[in-house]
Amino acid sequence: MPTFVRTDKCDGCKGQDRTACMYICPHDLMKLDKDGSETGHAMKSFNQEPEQCWECYSCVKICPQQAIEARHYADVVPLGGSVQPLRGTDSIMWTIKFRNGTLKRFKFPIRTTPEGSIDPYGGKPEADMSKIEEPGFFNHMEQNGYRAGDPSELIRK
Amino acid sequence: MAEFGNPDVIEEEVDILMIGGGMANCGAAYEIMQWAKGTDLRIKLVDKAAMDRSGAVAQGLSAINTYIGPEQDPADYARMVSNDLMGITRDDLAYDLGRHVDESVHLFEEWGLPIWKTDENGERHDGSQGLTPLKDGGKPVRSGKWQIMINGESYKWIVAEAAKKALGTERIAERVFIVKLVNDKNDPSRIAGAVGFSTRDHKLFVYKAKAILLAAGGCVNIFRPRSVGEGTGRAWYPVWNAGSTYTMAAEAGAELTLMENRFVPARFKDGYGPVGAWFLLFKSQATNATGEVYMVKNKALLDDYPPYGQAAVPASCLRNHLMLKEMQEGRGPIWMDTVTALGKLRETLSPREVKHLEAEAWEDFLDMCVGQCGIWVGENIEPEKKNSELMPTEPYLLGSHSGCCGIWTSGPTDVGAPTEETMAGVPSHLPSGWNWGYRGMTTVKGLFTAGDGVGASGHKFSSGSHAEGRMAAKAMVKYCLDNKDYTPELDTSVEDLVNAIYQPVRTFLEHKDYTTAIDVNPHYITPKMLQFRLQKIMDEYVAGVATYYKTNEHMLKVAEEKLEMLKEDAEKMRAKDLHELLRAWENYHRILTAEAHMKHIQFREESRYPGFYYRMDKNFIDEENWHCFVNSIYDKTTKKWTVFKRAHVDLVDKSKLFKPAAH
Repeated sequence: MPTFVRTDKCDGCKGQDRTACMYICPHDLMKLDKDGSETGHAMKSFNQEPEQCWECYSCVKICPQQAIEARHYADVVPLGGSVQPLRGTDSIMWTIKFRNGTLKRFKFPIRTTPEGSIDPYGGKPEADMSKIEEPGFFNHMEQNGYRAGDPSELIRK
Repeated sequence: MAEFGNPDVIEEEVDILMIGGGMANCGAAYEIMQWAKGTDLRIKLVDKAAMDRSGAVAQGLSAINTYIGPEQDPADYARMVSNDLMGITRDDLAYDLGRHVDESVHLFEEWGLPIWKTDENGERHDGSQGLTPLKDGGKPVRSGKWQIMINGESYKWIVAEAAKKALGTERIAERVFIVKLVNDKNDPSRIAGAVGFSTRDHKLFVYKAKAILLAAGGCVNIFRPRSVGEGTGRAWYPVWNAGSTYTMAAEAGAELTLMENRFVPARFKDGYGPVGAWFLLFKSQATNATGEVYMVKNKALLDDYPPYGQAAVPASCLRNHLMLKEMQEGRGPIWMDTVTALGKLRETLSPREVKHLEAEAWEDFLDMCVGQCGIWVGENIEPEKKNSELMPTEPYLLGSHSGCCGIWTSGPTDVGAPTEETMAGVPSHLPSGWNWGYRGMTTVKGLFTAGDGVGASGHKFSSGSHAEGRMAAKAMVKYCLDNKDYTPELDTSVEDLVNAIYQPVRTFLEHKDYTTAIDVNPHYITPKMLQFRLQKIMDEYVAGVATYYKTNEHMLKVAEEKLEMLKEDAEKMRAKDLHELLRAWENYHRILTAEAHMKHIQFREESRYPGFYYRMDKNFIDEENWHCFVNSIYDKTTKKWTVFKRAHVDLVDKSKLFKPAAH
């Protein structure tokens, strides 16, 4: 689909200069219509280029008002279905409605640590500058993941 | 005050500039700050989107496709990469990636990415159950020899958090689109900077840098897609990958490699949902209209392409080749038999496990390709009750997935790579062997690449791109320390650079009042129409879906002429706002990448990738003459390509692939 924004729910992110959906869209599709001149709905956002929408749902997931949904590509998909997420901090809940009315719900984990909790270098060694030209990262084998390999496999060495 | 048509110009000097905020540069950002500690290197990352959801992993993923694990050897990985790409890859690059990649995967888990696990009874669990981490010997759920399953909706969000924290917000500029690199005034073979613009504010940016890591993804939408209305956006690979990596590198003088290679994924029709878990985890089979399994029925076709067809897992293009035979002979549609597969699994599972299985099947799409679920709900498809169609997509150019086009890159020095070129005809200013000092550096001094940018490897996917970015980061620090006294000087004046970047806006403002309809004007072309023209040319002449991926030298000749005129007309693109300026430059990047693709197919007088494309006038694989790399350079002044061969050498023994004992 392209995504669409519901007029009854979008609050233009409360009059800020940029909305959450504008912040996140990887393809620069979401736009805030400040004066209503483009859509007739002032201070609400809209998808300015629906035929370029990847349906990645980044805007749907981030919208604080749950104002964004998807109406799947009209040139491909029969009407009536919907796939709507509610993304929390550690899991995501999907509500899936079929054209024939069948309903399914799924919940999946998305993260095992609190959002914002990553301490990138906590407990990690410093880089050893004497090894800058050798294979291996600054925290060589701290993660136990370097696979040295069987040297006899390298037939030209 | 700056306004449309009158932007501010901001000049900034750094030591290291990272272009793109996807997996590769997130890896680079994480690695570089530790090596740069104690130096006074100035570092900056620019992304045309927001790092939380930029690049190919923006939507999320349901699997990490490259995880070696303690039981496999990097040499096994290099062999698989080679065979899947029809024997012509750089073993040094694949091997190096294979030995490093798990270090990144283990970090992802530490940062919070849920990775599925198998318990001691062989039962699968999602990644939130607190089972032993991979780092400490936990067993992943393999959905293939190299793939592991994850709950990856927030994969990019997590990896970006680590990268952003490592860099600090002051070193990151989002919504800045870099459109051109600039060479050094005193040494045209060296990089000195890059220019671009904000898609939010009326600002143009001119960066000077000693080293640049160009990792801005692959190339999508150069071929007419199968869906041409709203569905145009439902590309298999992200629609925002515009060939920026290849074009900017080529214009800076970097040598490209294997630009004839492409990837034509066979996916769930229209939604392009992933098939890997269906084939490998759920053991589903693909059939023609009457239920015949084409991989079995057409097996003999694999013998036409020895030895690549004879490995336990035939190359991806050959699997397409067997499918295409059914489609072209009128035995479509092709079905993924989900009903039988799930039915068989249900026979041995408890009701609880069946419920879990259904959730797994849906999660596979919901994590990375919600659009496919949109098709399932619209068409009332429940996979246990109704089968789904498969279809080969329009072609894509990339270097990190099952494709290997990209930039010729310096590899590791300790794996036995050649140090001299044995093939005649390589332009003399280019490096001779496979390594020239700095891992990940292109043939332009100071210009590095990773991920989709690195050619002749492939199958690195998300995790490998992250690891490759880390390798490049380390080498860039070394490069900067070795070049302390170098001060970059741009070979073009800031005024000329600004004029070039902003030309589409000036064209629009100058001519917009000539006609009453804003989109129809003899003085300019909209980026959208230019893209349609490109897609029409590529689709009809350069082996797109319109001709079932077939072309010949005569069709290529026509394409060549049409592309040259298109390139000329690109100078007349208009931009009516900043959003359209973004599209204008993306489409310029697409054109040059498409031209490289066409020139390479024209040069390689064989059909190396049957199932991805066919040169019908040379419809065979010619090992004697074409078991080699096809590389090229572009001259931005004359706008001409020089295409040439480089010798291919195996660094690991490929015959092991074809011995029964190896599998």
